[in-house]
Amino acid sequence: MLAVTNLEVRYGGIVAVKGVSFAVEPGEMACLIGANGAGKTTTLKALARLLPARGEIRYRGARIDTLPGHALVSRGLALVPEGRGVFSRLTVAENLAMGAYHRPRHEGGEVGADLDRIHELLPRLKERRHQLAGTLSGGEQQMLALGRALMGRPRLLLLDEPSMGLAPLMVQKVFEVIRTIAAQGVTILLVEQNARLALEVCQRGYVMESGRITLADTASALAADARVRAAYLGS
Amino acid sequence: MDIFLQQLINGLTLGSIYALVALGYTMVYGILGLINFAHGEVVMIGALSSLTFGRWLENSGLPGPLVLLAALLLAALVCMTLGFTIERVAYRPLRNASRLAPLITAIGVSLVLQQLAMLVWGRSYHSVPAWLPAGRHEFLGASFTDVQGVIVAVAALSMAGLMLLVNRTRMGRAMRATAENPAIAGLMGVDTDRMVSLVFVIGSALAALAGVLVSANYGIAHYHMGFILGLKAFTAAVLGGIGNLAGAMVGGVLLGIIEALGAGYIGDLTGGVFGSHYQDVFAFFVLIIVLVFRPSGLLGEKVAERT
Repeated sequence: MLAVTNLEVRYGGIVAVKGVSFAVEPGEMACLIGANGAGKTTTLKALARLLPARGEIRYRGARIDTLPGHALVSRGLALVPEGRGVFSRLTVAENLAMGAYHRPRHEGGEVGADLDRIHELLPRLKERRHQLAGTLSGGEQQMLALGRALMGRPRLLLLDEPSMGLAPLMVQKVFEVIRTIAAQGVTILLVEQNARLALEVCQRGYVMESGRITLADTASALAADARVRAAYLGS
Repeated sequence: MDIFLQQLINGLTLGSIYALVALGYTMVYGILGLINFAHGEVVMIGALSSLTFGRWLENSGLPGPLVLLAALLLAALVCMTLGFTIERVAYRPLRNASRLAPLITAIGVSLVLQQLAMLVWGRSYHSVPAWLPAGRHEFLGASFTDVQGVIVAVAALSMAGLMLLVNRTRMGRAMRATAENPAIAGLMGVDTDRMVSLVFVIGSALAALAGVLVSANYGIAHYHMGFILGLKAFTAAVLGGIGNLAGAMVGGVLLGIIEALGAGYIGDLTGGVFGSHYQDVFAFFVLIIVLVFRPSGLLGEKVAERT
């Protein structure tokens, strides 16, 4: 589904991602875990073409590192950015409509059906559809960001720190929704600081340390790895 | 004659024009965080090119209002092309530069356009033929002309149209999304460069309209008419809260009324020391007051410095 080879991202003179390679198979949930500043978010931003990068990014067999960023979502690649990135001055309904912006007009009926399904999955969004997104709580904004991404019918969903800044109960809810999305066949690449949670829900994991991938294995093997346990699981 | 009502009518007319121009400033600011100081010159090009087109069309035997309408449409095309080109040539290459660079460029573009207009249309004042009917209507002790009526009606209609476009259409939604966060809008598949172009094109069409209306109102047009008009419209945009469409409209109309009332009463209030030719001072007086007491404007949200 996604194959990244030698990805390198620089901020000015600083190399934030130093030639990482990894892959995500169709239908699986993979995660990138690591400490603050390890380069996880930078990697994800480079995949979504929000940052210029060197190296090769293949998505469903074709190179996407030459495409403009706005051409990705219609190919089924969607990013839910760190800090949710909802349009706070647009209503909840308008935010969801933006998620389907790239879909052709003749799909109008299907877009309506997708909206109904998303309202069913995330009933709060229906209740609050006329409210400005900026007035929602952090958890509701995360739900909106997920719902908005789903409106685009993604095949590969890149999730950047969906648990950030949320109360534990809300984190559970968000991850339940992410599991439901994955169960519907959407491939997911998750970036998470909460390594315990990430390794629990994912099948495959990559550990990033100062711009490099230092460990790659199945999530269960990583969760059992002594180094991972010591550094990220606190046990 | 009721001076108060009369000046209110005059102010509303002038204010409608300020509002149309202010929308161009505020839309560009909303999407790029840039003050397009060349916008006033686009108004001037609109006025002068519509005059040229109108003179060509005059001999076709069309009735006056139709001549004006056709001239307006052609001038709008000229201005839309101009606005599109200005953004492409002068601002887009500086998208990631410091904030000062595009500001200086804007002033440069403004000077270039003025000089170009001087070469094309000369330095003289052009009288604008009265293509609209010259009727005058009595109204509660004051009066308004057909031209004034047309200005207010056309400005109100086009602003209503703009609000519908921005708030009720898919394209408008994408424009608002881009204004709030271009990177995220891009993730949704919005071609944000296209949205920026679109904003310049729409703003320039409104500028052309304003140019036609203002020259019809005063009956004259000249190559430096855009400068002071542009500054006042910018003031109106700041007064209403820059970046806010409704604010630009409210600010424009309000500024027009403040100016007209100020000009109407300053002579009496100062015992004849200052006369109505001090009209232009009021706009900048208002600008200073707003910047001191409410920098975010009447309808503006709190000013957040973009980084």
